[in-house]
Amino acid sequence: MTYVIEGRTGPWEVVIGLEVHAQVTSQAKLFSGAATEFGAEPNSQVSFVDAGFPGMLPVINQECVAQAVRTGLGLKAEIHLWSRFDRKNYFYADLPQGYQISQFAHPIVGTGTVEITLADGSTKEIGITRLHLEQDAGKSLHDQHPSKSFIDLNRSGVALMEIVSEPDMRSPEEAGAYLTKLRQILRYLGTCDGNMDEGSMRADVNVSVRRAGEGFRTRCEVKNVNSIRFVMQSVEAEARRQVELWEEGGTVEQETRLFDTGRGVTRSMRSKEDAHDYRYFPDPDLPPLVLEADWVERLKASLPELPDERRARYVAMGLSPYDAHVLTLERETAAFFEAVAKGRDAKTVANWVTGDFFAALNRTGLGVEESPVSAAALGELLDLIADKTINGKIAKDVLAIMFETGERPGAIVDARGLRQVVDTGAIEAAIEQVMAANAGKVAEYRSGKDKLFGFFVGQVMKAMQGKGNPALVNEVLKQKLT
Amino acid sequence: MHPTDFTLRGAIDALNEGVISSVELTQAHLDAIAALNPRLNAYITVTGERALEQARASDARRKEGLTGPLEGVPLAIKDLFCTAGTLTTAGSRILGNFTPPYESTVSANLLRDGAVFLGKANLDEFAMGSSNTTSASGPVENPWSRANDPDARLVPGGSSGGSAAAVAARLALGATATDTGGSIRQPAAFCGIAGIKPTYGRCSRFGIVAFASSLDQAGPVARTVEDCAILLKSMAGFDPKDSTSADVPVPDFAAACARGVRGLRIGVPKEYRLEGTPPEIEALWEQGLAWLREQGAETVEISLPHTQYALPTYYIVAPAEASSNLARYDGVRFGLRAAEPGSDLRDLYERTRAQGFGAEVRRRILIGTYVLSAGYYDAYYLKAQKIRALIKRDFDEAFGNVDAIVTPATPSAAFGMDEKQDDPVKMYLNDVFTVTANLAGLPGLAVPAGLDAQGLPLGLQVIGKSFDEETVFAVGAAIEQAAAFTALPRLRAGA
Repeated sequence: MTYVIEGRTGPWEVVIGLEVHAQVTSQAKLFSGAATEFGAEPNSQVSFVDAGFPGMLPVINQECVAQAVRTGLGLKAEIHLWSRFDRKNYFYADLPQGYQISQFAHPIVGTGTVEITLADGSTKEIGITRLHLEQDAGKSLHDQHPSKSFIDLNRSGVALMEIVSEPDMRSPEEAGAYLTKLRQILRYLGTCDGNMDEGSMRADVNVSVRRAGEGFRTRCEVKNVNSIRFVMQSVEAEARRQVELWEEGGTVEQETRLFDTGRGVTRSMRSKEDAHDYRYFPDPDLPPLVLEADWVERLKASLPELPDERRARYVAMGLSPYDAHVLTLERETAAFFEAVAKGRDAKTVANWVTGDFFAALNRTGLGVEESPVSAAALGELLDLIADKTINGKIAKDVLAIMFETGERPGAIVDARGLRQVVDTGAIEAAIEQVMAANAGKVAEYRSGKDKLFGFFVGQVMKAMQGKGNPALVNEVLKQKLT
Repeated sequence: MHPTDFTLRGAIDALNEGVISSVELTQAHLDAIAALNPRLNAYITVTGERALEQARASDARRKEGLTGPLEGVPLAIKDLFCTAGTLTTAGSRILGNFTPPYESTVSANLLRDGAVFLGKANLDEFAMGSSNTTSASGPVENPWSRANDPDARLVPGGSSGGSAAAVAARLALGATATDTGGSIRQPAAFCGIAGIKPTYGRCSRFGIVAFASSLDQAGPVARTVEDCAILLKSMAGFDPKDSTSADVPVPDFAAACARGVRGLRIGVPKEYRLEGTPPEIEALWEQGLAWLREQGAETVEISLPHTQYALPTYYIVAPAEASSNLARYDGVRFGLRAAEPGSDLRDLYERTRAQGFGAEVRRRILIGTYVLSAGYYDAYYLKAQKIRALIKRDFDEAFGNVDAIVTPATPSAAFGMDEKQDDPVKMYLNDVFTVTANLAGLPGLAVPAGLDAQGLPLGLQVIGKSFDEETVFAVGAAIEQAAAFTALPRLRAGA
């Protein structure tokens, strides 16, 4: 199913490429020892290097390099054993050195691929052009004072990975799926926390449109889009703008644009003529970055299991591809699932996790890692079903109580007398009581109205406050009614 | 003997023998500074009280039996080195009242070894210049003068003109300096003292205001080759805070001064015989080679074929790096900010930088910005990098055959303060013999070897293999010994 934009003059194909800036998870900045924690007091995590003081020099943080290599390996990309840092020169108040240290000509990671899964279950390979390391800038605050701008340098010098894709995406859905998958891979690797609302991940979206079978037309870059939803929206808005422009007989000019999330349109930020001449040149303060092949191999050997591999393993464990997909979206979810599934039936666990457990989480608005119900507690609950202490229906109620109170399932069952009744005497008594109260229906059943069986089961369970063992209730009821 | 007449070695011995205290030695230098600095302008900042405090502390340490290699020795620090708690200007208005909260690694090493800092030595603005006339704190005067025109005020050379003039006039026993294209060796030669730019990476650049990062290197100036060797030993060493610092052992340079030159092969590059070089410099060069032969060295003609491209290459690479290194002086976080409130950020930048930078610095920022800009990068910067690699290769090949290279240090003796000021290209020619060592990252030493007809000092340069400063010191000391240079500048302490 091809996504097209229907213009007045016919259908248009959309071409999308993404440049994603992902903040490297590390204790310290790319070239200084200052901390990187989010949300600290303004200018409290700034070294003299980050503030561009005279005589200060950058020293590469080896952990950031390792994180970039891990990411490259996770993107099945080639790792360049020789790379180099360049200076990108421009003036801005939140850029203390007057240049950003980046990798322009020789990035640390080369071409790779990411496989995305679409809603219809189909998959597609998106090419990775490159990944390079660079410094983040500080933050300008323009709303703190009527005539002054304030500068917060906490972010200045924080390590970013810029991950550039090929122009391989053809719809907002594909762009969204790519960013989702990329974020998933980074989070699995632990190389970026993927918190888009904290700015740990931002995307520059390159969009162009064309007629089927044409070469590429001029693209525009929508800068700094900070959510997956906005990426999808900005693709559509920008593509529609370009289609209109072409159809009016105009031309799309190469430029940088911003996505206005309120109005859902893109607007011009700066044209090609205003583009900076960044005067890139090799940073003379930093020797080329040379990696040992053995070191890269060791990182490769210690990589965690990635989402694609994990999904395949879950399917092999008997899960449906859909459940496997849902359970592997977040590393925390997968870890939770595995903790519960250990020593239990994987399929049953998957049903409970993706079903009632997710539903309860959604109601509370909590993430898996903040869940009041631990994997061990959920496991105990499933054990209570398996050993017939409670039945499935009661278990749903118990889970709800667990979410509310944080109590363990065994305690809840005992305290509230929810233990399932397996005593046939008690079941028989309840059945007799129900039959006596519904003599007419018993007669109808016996005269051939089999459908009434379900009514009797319901009445018996109700009489037993839901605690009857469903199999026993069925069995005894059948005997009594015949 | 006046205490300021000690060599650095002699002062260390005198201190060790209890002949003089650090306080006495320091006070004598402060007195000399008070007498002569108003004329010479060799110091931008004199930290007299602090120096005496350090001297007292040093004398106290000595009583405890704790003596560092430079215990109690008063030095001048080029005002390009950041010194914690002391105004650091880089010879520019743009740093305003910048007082660093941190110490450069090189000056910290000197303090670790017991040195006393007299103050911050004048320099060309951001170390850009060959005459020390571009400093925001005014020009430095050379303590030497011409025999036939003693009133003509001469330049000390640059950019380490304050350091060289202070040491020559006996306002310090030695000084730190930096050399990007000749800024140690040319002023040393002009002031009749010794100075060495060590191998790139030998001294940490941490805390030194950057001019051109791939060329900048710190080194000492002092009145003897051995004094330079002693200072370099303290200044040098691997520093994890500078990624270009070399993790190699620091040998005993002073011991190497006594090695002699017997059996060494000394290269004489034919491309350094430039048209227009004064005959007395040619003659001094020949004399120097003859001295080395007399002491058992062999001199051989060598070729460094890309020499003629060195100066243009240097004046592309150095301004390119400078244009980027100086971008941080924007009035936002420290230093000068243009007085009247600007209309916007761009206006603040433009007025701050126009007010803060002098003409020569502005010229180099413009050149550097131009050679890096789109459409010109390949023709200038990239081409210059390729030639730089060829110049390095020239030296590699030459050093396959010789142990050291000897050349003149400068194409002339010190010139008048009013000469060459309106022709930047003529000024840049001062560096013709020295820039090659920076481009190739090699150690180069200037040693006073004689006087011209006007009685002005002339120096020779010794260039060595990468990290082989020891041979450079051996050759330099041999020339120094043979030259027996005893002439003194007219302006000096105790004169």
